[in-house]
Amino acid sequence: MWPSKFDYVRAGSVDEALASAADGGKFLAGGHSLLPAMKLRLDAPEQLIDIGRIPELQSISANGGLTIGAAATHDAIATSADVQAMCGALASACGQVGDQGVRNFGTLGGNIAHADPASDPPTVLVAVGANVNIQGADGARSVGAEDFFLGLFETALDDGELITSVSVPDVSDHQSAYIKFPHPASRYAIVGVCVALKMDGAVCDHAHVAVGGATLRAVRCAGAEAALAGTTLDDAAVNAAAEAVKSDIAEDLIGDIAYPEAYRQQMAGVFLKRAIAAAQG
Amino acid sequence: MTTRIFGSGIKRREDPRLITGEARYTDDIKLPGVLHMAVVRSPYAHANIVSIDSSVAEAMDGVVAVYTSEDIGDGLAGLPTAWLIPDSDLKTPEHPALAKGKVRYVGDGVAIVLADDRYRAQDAADAVLVEYEELPAVIDPEEAAGEGAPLIHDDVEGNIAFTWAPFDEDASNAVFDAADVVVSERILQQRLLPTAMETRAAMAQYNPATQELTLWCTSQNPHIHRFIISAVTGLNENKVRVIAPEVGGGFGSKIPCYPDEALVSWASIKLGVPVKWTETRSENYLITIHGRDHVQHVEMAASNDGKILGVRSTVYAGMGGYLSTAAPGIPTILHGLLYVGPYTIDSVYCKSIGVMTNGAPTDAYRGAGRPEATFLLERMVDNVAREIGMDPVEVRRKNLIPAFENGYDVAAGLTYDSGDYPAAFEKALGMAGYGDFRRQQKSAKAEGRYLGIGVTAYTEMCGLGPSQVAGAVGFQGGLWESATLRVTPTGKVQALIGASPHGQGSETTLAQIIADELGFPVDDIEVIHGDTTETPMGWGTYGSRTTPVTGAALAQASRKLKDKARVLAAHLMEANEEDIEYADGSFSVKGSPDQAQSIQEVALMAHLAWNMPEGMDPGFEESQFYDPPNFVYPFGTHIAIVEVDAETGEIDLQRYIAVDDCGPQINPEIVAGQIHGGVVQGVAQALCEGVVYDENGQLLTGSMMDYCMPKADMFPNFELGETVTPSPHHPVGVKGVGETGTIASTPTVYNAVLDALAPLGVKQIDMPLTSAKVWGAIQDARS
Amino acid sequence: MQVTITVNGVDQVRDVDPRTLLVHFLREELDLTGTKIGCDTSQCGACTVHLDGKVLKSCTLLAVQADGAAITTIEGLAENGEHHPMQTAFWENHGLQCGYCTPGMIMASAAFVRDNPGASEGEIRHYLEGNICRCTGYHNIVKAVKQVADAAAGA
Repeated sequence: MWPSKFDYVRAGSVDEALASAADGGKFLAGGHSLLPAMKLRLDAPEQLIDIGRIPELQSISANGGLTIGAAATHDAIATSADVQAMCGALASACGQVGDQGVRNFGTLGGNIAHADPASDPPTVLVAVGANVNIQGADGARSVGAEDFFLGLFETALDDGELITSVSVPDVSDHQSAYIKFPHPASRYAIVGVCVALKMDGAVCDHAHVAVGGATLRAVRCAGAEAALAGTTLDDAAVNAAAEAVKSDIAEDLIGDIAYPEAYRQQMAGVFLKRAIAAAQG
Repeated sequence: MTTRIFGSGIKRREDPRLITGEARYTDDIKLPGVLHMAVVRSPYAHANIVSIDSSVAEAMDGVVAVYTSEDIGDGLAGLPTAWLIPDSDLKTPEHPALAKGKVRYVGDGVAIVLADDRYRAQDAADAVLVEYEELPAVIDPEEAAGEGAPLIHDDVEGNIAFTWAPFDEDASNAVFDAADVVVSERILQQRLLPTAMETRAAMAQYNPATQELTLWCTSQNPHIHRFIISAVTGLNENKVRVIAPEVGGGFGSKIPCYPDEALVSWASIKLGVPVKWTETRSENYLITIHGRDHVQHVEMAASNDGKILGVRSTVYAGMGGYLSTAAPGIPTILHGLLYVGPYTIDSVYCKSIGVMTNGAPTDAYRGAGRPEATFLLERMVDNVAREIGMDPVEVRRKNLIPAFENGYDVAAGLTYDSGDYPAAFEKALGMAGYGDFRRQQKSAKAEGRYLGIGVTAYTEMCGLGPSQVAGAVGFQGGLWESATLRVTPTGKVQALIGASPHGQGSETTLAQIIADELGFPVDDIEVIHGDTTETPMGWGTYGSRTTPVTGAALAQASRKLKDKARVLAAHLMEANEEDIEYADGSFSVKGSPDQAQSIQEVALMAHLAWNMPEGMDPGFEESQFYDPPNFVYPFGTHIAIVEVDAETGEIDLQRYIAVDDCGPQINPEIVAGQIHGGVVQGVAQALCEGVVYDENGQLLTGSMMDYCMPKADMFPNFELGETVTPSPHHPVGVKGVGETGTIASTPTVYNAVLDALAPLGVKQIDMPLTSAKVWGAIQDARS
Repeated sequence: MQVTITVNGVDQVRDVDPRTLLVHFLREELDLTGTKIGCDTSQCGACTVHLDGKVLKSCTLLAVQADGAAITTIEGLAENGEHHPMQTAFWENHGLQCGYCTPGMIMASAAFVRDNPGASEGEIRHYLEGNICRCTGYHNIVKAVKQVADAAAGA
């Protein structure tokens, strides 16, 4: 497959990248979401601005929370001791993106800018309330993950804006897990569920729950969270949460011929239960 | 005596070039000045072409020419259908290399672009403006054969290309009318994508001075390609050289001659420069043949005590937009004649209706007609068992044909060569621990876990086949093979064969036959194939025929050489011919073992010809044409054990046991590899593979993102066993094994899943058994 | 645009159209045709090479992105004329048939075992999700990789 012609600019800094973006085009980090689309000529930007070599975009730093550069690779995140310690579910989700070859070069920033509904990391970012840090010609802003993902392949990014990093809260005092039901062909999520449980002894003080894959964007599930909070996560509570999650995602459900909406909705409940068990295990 | 080379699992002689990346496949071959061809393809499944405007494309950088069907005119004849099944009212609609006025499936070629670079060729292809008038499309073959379906070819009334029903319908009806039990099922044999990992490619180089055309292409049968390319271009066949270099798998999809091969040939003739085309995977999924695509209405008649009395079917077989090279033979000759399977079934009936649709053309895909027959038989046997309340293993045991060594006539008209079906059956059951499993299944059920077992007994017809039969069933070619065995003066061997292996390990297997017959070290034997100018005529590698047919030709050529060597050795040692003993490549005189001539020494003396016996010609080379007297019939029993997660519908394949009998195994490691690969392909049909078109004929499974190729983590290690029943008519007794795994495994796993789901009341699910479908069936059964 | 890419130890300086995929750069520009193209969609792994030691699907990277990097392809895996242990294991265990997926399969497996000596059969099967083979049913591929993984753990 052969991408259409484009101009290529390699940016040395965020400022350079933003300056180039004034002429239009798209940012290229790892390219593992963008290039497949360009090869199929589903996308044909006139300019690519390569941000893959800007050092500050690649760092992963821990300081009360995590700041993950937009060009950090899935593999770097999955294997980062800081990420594993502060947000195990995110390390797990990044470790389940594609395969090793994809994880070695695909980046978190590219992934979330692409906003594939079946992708893994967004579900965790929404669950734990991460913030996406964005820079544009007019300055910087930060958008909550829940508000960042607007729909199918649709984000809050404006033209010319660049994701610089993602801030992830330290949830090391939570029990967390991300579990996915992979599509047998693509290995993208048919359903992906993230839970983070704050336990107070045997009682769940509060829970974070988000679902992706089954929905057109990662969805925070307030009903399921409410069903778990204040319980001992006994069967009744978990079953109630599994029922509630189906309502939480009802409006955002997506499906296809092979895996229709009703099935994915049901599986969200099943995998929520499994995610809770995994988080506790 | 050293270890016999025949029967030894030696390392493959092909591998050094493959593990180092040095092998050259078609797209790896570079010619200076080559132009790259891109094909403008129809985005519609069925449409009239209103206009084509290539003016923008023609003016683009690097573009040499853009051609349409009009430009080709009569420069290329339509692509022929080469299996003209008799007594079926067969219609063969024209198949032009580029669509003339109408497109009939998504991907049908409309124009070609020739440019100096593949990127630029694609840029220009995107810039060719084609206006279409969309027509209603039809994909389902039963629907396409029905009232009111859109007509795809004006000269194929009702879209019915043929109706094949050679058996006695009245006799069949009488059996069914009198039977205690009749079970029935509508079986969907979904379309599959063959997905050889190497997509197709073709490069043509025409030399105007000599008027010779060389075509490198991904072919399983270069001699058939030569024949067809000669026919469609009008070049004399002796001016066409077809080379199948390294070929990365075929599974049937590289048998047909496609428009693309004709187009690069025509363009090279037209422009006088080399022209290359390499298929993308997206194109491959749209245009390279698909497999299967049957809608089957099947019934089986049985007695209350489990004796199978008859099987009958009506099959709607989707042919796609055009009739591919061998397409009509697949759901007919290679399907209906297999309805007896390994059982004593006295009555068969099959009506197979070939239907044009707006899908990609279908043709032979690994197993080709026989998996579809084996599946329906095994499915119906399980249905009979369930209906009469007998263990499915007992039903099979009761109906298996007893062991036979030399010929067994069955109701479908075939004569099986040899078999011991009960032996393979009992061996497999023993390996699986069938009785123990049934106990485990019961206790698992008590814990709410759903385990299932599927058992398939099969036989199949391969090693195609006697040419007289080929002629009688309308195959437009012979089915013999030939080989030239050439020994150089220094005693090294070249075996030139007409068949064209592409991953089967035949360079090793065939060398082992020669080494075993003549005593040459296997490393001194080169098997040469794939180039029509270098090799003798042959009909190709498909239908599990290269080892049985080419192998026989080589065994016989070896024996001719050995006979010559024996006479020459006797002459050289001044001994009587009857006193010559042969062992391990050495001829010696009885009683005086010091006096000996090695095969290499004899070869040298034959070349030197200084001292030949009266009447013996010089040289050490023999050719052999081999036309098999019958097909070969490998057989066996496969068993799968699965667990179904009732909460999600996911299937876990826990064990897979395969006992196969392909006669004596020349290289057991290669045999095992064929079975492993075949099993995975068949299991994948049951569990995950399936083409989906939408109602407009758009392919929804257009890449590996959506079409589920089996992956390593879906499978356990396989447990293989064998029995050995030689073919009585074959020089070394071997049978084919390239397709058995695929033929046996689909029903095995399907029946295992349905066995697991039986307590939940699920009786049928269309393949593939995706988790969503399994889960849905469980919900339906519960409600 | 000019790029310098070290391929199998040799610096290659070339002018490339920025849209050139790395796999095309290797195959067309350098005639290193051992690296294959099998799927277009980053699923099959036939194009797997190592970039600075890491497994990469070379159909999903632009040649310009590899500027300054060191690439190893199947042609460069052997050292001092000796097959890499993974090449040997594939040969010994009949881990290939048509050979088309083999270069990518070997490149991916070699990196995997380097990073995961002693990997279990289950880990190997899971890891190979990024490499598709149509011929072997994976059985002998897994056997080959396991043999090298076991040997690596023992060393």
